Amino acid sequence: MSNRVIIKDAVKRYGDFTALNGVSLDIQEGEFFTLLGPSGCGKTTLLRMIAGFNSIEGGDFYFGDKRINDVPAHKRDIGMVFQNYAIFPHLTVRENVAYGLKARKMPAKEIKPKVDEALELVQISHLADRKPNELSGGQQQRVALARAFVIEPSVLLMDEPLSNLDAKLRVQMRSVIKKLQRRLGITTIYVTHDQEEALAISDRIAVMKEGHIMQIGTPREIYAKPQNPFVAGFIGVSNFLDCEVKAPAAGDAAVSIKGELDITVPVRRAYTGKGKISARPEQLFFSESGMPGTVLFSTFLGDFIEHEVQLNDGQNLIVNEYTKDTTEVHSDGEKVHLSFDPTRISLYDESEEVLSL
Amino acid sequence: MNKRLGSRWKPDFWFFTKLFVILAMCLFIVYPFYTIITKSVFSSKVEGVTLYNFKRFFSKPYYYQALLRSMVVCFATVLTTTLVGVPIAYLITRYNIPGKKILHIFIIMSLMSPPFIGAYSWIILLGRAGLLAKLFAKIGLTAPTIYGRGGIIFVFTLHLFPYVYLYTSGAMNSIDSSLEEASENLGMNKLRRIWTVTLPVILPSILAGCIMVFMTCLADFGTPMLLGEGYTVLPVLVYNEYMSESATDPYMASALSVIIVFCSLAMLGFQKLVVEKRNYTMSSLRPPQETELHGVKRFLVSLPIYLVVGLAFLPQIVVVCQSFIERSFSGMVKGINLNNYRTIMSRLGRNIRNTYVFSIVAIVFIIVIGILVSYILVRKKGKVASLIDTLIMFPYVIPGSVLGIGLIVAFNRKPLVLVGTSAIMIISYIIRKLPYTVRSGSAFLYQMDPFIEEASINLGVSPMKTFFTVTARMMLPGIMSGAVLSWITCINELSSSIMLYSGKTSTIAVAIYQEVVRMSDGTAAALATILTVTTIISLVIVFRATKGKVKIV
Repeated sequence: MSNRVIIKDAVKRYGDFTALNGVSLDIQEGEFFTLLGPSGCGKTTLLRMIAGFNSIEGGDFYFGDKRINDVPAHKRDIGMVFQNYAIFPHLTVRENVAYGLKARKMPAKEIKPKVDEALELVQISHLADRKPNELSGGQQQRVALARAFVIEPSVLLMDEPLSNLDAKLRVQMRSVIKKLQRRLGITTIYVTHDQEEALAISDRIAVMKEGHIMQIGTPREIYAKPQNPFVAGFIGVSNFLDCEVKAPAAGDAAVSIKGELDITVPVRRAYTGKGKISARPEQLFFSESGMPGTVLFSTFLGDFIEHEVQLNDGQNLIVNEYTKDTTEVHSDGEKVHLSFDPTRISLYDESEEVLSL
Repeated sequence: MNKRLGSRWKPDFWFFTKLFVILAMCLFIVYPFYTIITKSVFSSKVEGVTLYNFKRFFSKPYYYQALLRSMVVCFATVLTTTLVGVPIAYLITRYNIPGKKILHIFIIMSLMSPPFIGAYSWIILLGRAGLLAKLFAKIGLTAPTIYGRGGIIFVFTLHLFPYVYLYTSGAMNSIDSSLEEASENLGMNKLRRIWTVTLPVILPSILAGCIMVFMTCLADFGTPMLLGEGYTVLPVLVYNEYMSESATDPYMASALSVIIVFCSLAMLGFQKLVVEKRNYTMSSLRPPQETELHGVKRFLVSLPIYLVVGLAFLPQIVVVCQSFIERSFSGMVKGINLNNYRTIMSRLGRNIRNTYVFSIVAIVFIIVIGILVSYILVRKKGKVASLIDTLIMFPYVIPGSVLGIGLIVAFNRKPLVLVGTSAIMIISYIIRKLPYTVRSGSAFLYQMDPFIEEASINLGVSPMKTFFTVTARMMLPGIMSGAVLSWITCINELSSSIMLYSGKTSTIAVAIYQEVVRMSDGTAAALATILTVTTIISLVIVFRATKGKVKIV
C-alpha cells in the first residue's frame, strides 16, 4: 500500500550543531522525490529520520494519516536501499531477498513465488543461489532493490544507491530504478548529491543546503527557474552578474548590468537596489551589441563549444554555443559582445530572494 | 649481444635470502619433524618399520585416555571461552562500559601472561594449602578443587578467553552498521537481528578465536602438568614418555608427537575449509554506534565484565604478593621481605641471565629474518614464497614439547650435536616465535603502497639500497609490534625449554616449574614476578608506541 509522506518542521540536532532546521515536505503517493544537496546539507539525516535510524528532535512525520514519530524502525514498513547496499554477506541472493518476508512471518510457500517474482523484475533470477561476494556491484545493487521492494513497503528510501558504481553502470541502473518505481508505483524518497542523477530520475526535487530546503520543484522548474543563487549554482552551471534594479512596482524592472547593458526584466514585486542575475551558459549568446568582452579560449566539445569570455571588469563568463546553431568560429583574443533573453534569466535581490517571474 | 648478456639470469640478494631461509627451515623444522616421523614407526621392542607404537596407543587406555582427555579439555575450553569471550566483546563494543580501554588492555595482559602462572596462582589460592581453601575450611565449607579436569578447564578459560574476545571485538568493530540497520528496516526486532545478522557475520571471527584457543589448549604443557594430578593429557604424556626417570621411550614419544600434530593439522584443515571461506570482508562506511546506558543498568552490565577480567588478572597480582612473603618449610609466614629475591639471585641467577640472553639473541634474529621473510611473502610472491609461508607457519601448529623432542632426536648425534647447548634453546625460540613477527610484518607490508619503493628506485636509488633505506624502515612499526609478542612469548617459553634445557641452559620458566613442583612457593613467585613485570613493561611500551592499536591476533 503506497503512501503519501508528510513531514512538518523536522528538526535534528547533534549537540550544538543543528543538522536540520525546520524542514517541511509533502510527498505525493507514488511520487519519485529526491533530496539533493552537497554533503553535510542534512539530506541523509532526514532520510534516516524517516527510516527510524535517527531520533527526531522536533516536528511530525506522517505516512498517510499515521504519525510515525514513535514507531520503531523495524515496524515502520519502509523499504530501504543503503549506500553500500548492506547485502547480508552470509546469505544467498534468494535468502537476502526473502529476509524481510521471513521477518513478517510469511509462510515459506508464499515467500518463494514472491522472491522469484522480485528477482525476475530486477533480472537476476539466474543469480538466486549465489553468495554476495560472487556478485558485481551492479548485481548487488539489484539484490538490494529486490530486497527493499519485495516487502511491498509503503515507502521506499534510497540513500545514494548509485554512488559506488562506475559511470556507465550508474546511468544504466538509474533507468532500471526509475522504470521499476513507475511500474510498482511506490512512493520513493531518493538521496543524492549528483544533480544530473537527480534531474534524470525524479518527479520532484528538494534542493537542500545546511539543514534548510532551498527549493522544491520538478527538475525542469529547478533548472530553468532557480529560486536563489545557491540552486542556480548547484544545479548545472550558472554565470552570476551583479546589477542595479529599479522596479517601483511588480511588472517590468529596469536592470543595468555594470553600466554596460540595460535590459527590462519582468519581476514579481517592487524592489530598488543592488541585484544579481544568473544566466546559464546556453542562455548567453554573441551579438552586435551588449556587454563587451574578449574570448579567452574555446573548447570544442562536439555538440557544443564552450567559450570562456572575459568582461571589461575582469569577470569571466562561460558561454555555450551549439554547433548545430552556428557556423561562426570565435578565435582566442577576439573582441565580442554578449547578450541574453531577459525573460529566461533569473534575477535576485540583495538578500538573494528571487525577483524574476 | 649486450641484450643477451643482460637477459641472462644472475642470482641476486633475494635469491640468496630465499635459499638461506629455505635451507635453515629444512634443517630446523623439516628435518627434526622428519626424524620424529621416522622414529615413530620404529620401536625398541619390534624389528624394522612398524606401527607398533600406534597400535599400542589405541589399545592401551593409559595412552588413548590422554587423547580423549585432551579433546575433552580442548572442546570444553573452546565452549567456555566462547561463552565468556563473545558476550564480553559484544558488551564492550556496543555499550558505554566505563573504562573500556583499560579493560581491553587488562584482557590483553591476561592473555600475554606466562601460561603456567595462572595454574600456579590458583594452586596458591585453591590448592591443598591454598589461601581460599583454608578460608572456606574455616567457615566449614569445602572449596571447589583446582586439581583435575575442572581446574584445568577453569584456568584455561580465564587465560584464553581473551583470544575469543579479541577476534570477536575486532569483527564487531568492523561490521558495517548498515547491515544491522537493513535487518531492522526489513522488520526484525533486536534479538532476531543479532541472531540472523550480527552473529552469522562475525561467526568466522569467533571460530578463528576458537581455533587459537583449541591449539593453545592442545599444546599447553605447564597448566595440565601442574594441575592435572593424574588427569594426564597428551603433552604431559609426551613429557612423561620422554623425560620420566623410569623407562623413557623416545619411539613412543615420537608417535605421540605425531598424533598431537595430526590433531592440530586437522583443526587447521577445518579452519582452511570452513572458516576462511566465510571471511566476509567489509567496507565499513558507518562504524557501529555505541548505546548509552545509565545508572543501575550500566552498573549491572559492567559488573560481570569487571568480575571476569578481575579473575583473569588475579593470578598476576597473587604472584607478585606471594613473592614478598617469606615462608618456612612448613608453609608458615616468616615475614614480608625481599628474601625470596635474594635466594633466586644467589641460586638461580644463571636462569635469569639465560632467559634474557637467549631471548635477546633470538629476538635479534627474529627481527632480521622477520623483515626479510615478510618482504619475500608480500613482494616476491611465487612458489618459493608460498613454500616459505607454509613452512614458517608450521611451528605455529606444533606444540613446543613436540618441537623440543624433534630438535633433540635430530641433533643429538653427529654431524651436528646441539643438544645441551644454548644454541638449540635459541634456535627453538626463533622458529617457534618467528610467526608472530612475520604475520604482523607482512600484514603491515600489505597495506604499504608499493609505489613508494618504485618512486625511490625511479629516483635512482638501487633496489637493494631502497629496501634497506626505505622499505625496511617503513616496515619497522609492523615488525616491532609483532616482535614484542615474539619477545614476550620467548621469555615465558616453557614447553620446548623443558625438553631442551641442560644444567647450564636452564631458564626462569623452567626454574619456576621446578620450584613449584618442589613446593617452594616463594622463590617460584619471585621468579614469576620477574617474568610478569617484564611482560607488562614490554606491553606498556608497545601500547605507548602504537597508541593502543597493537594487534595481538
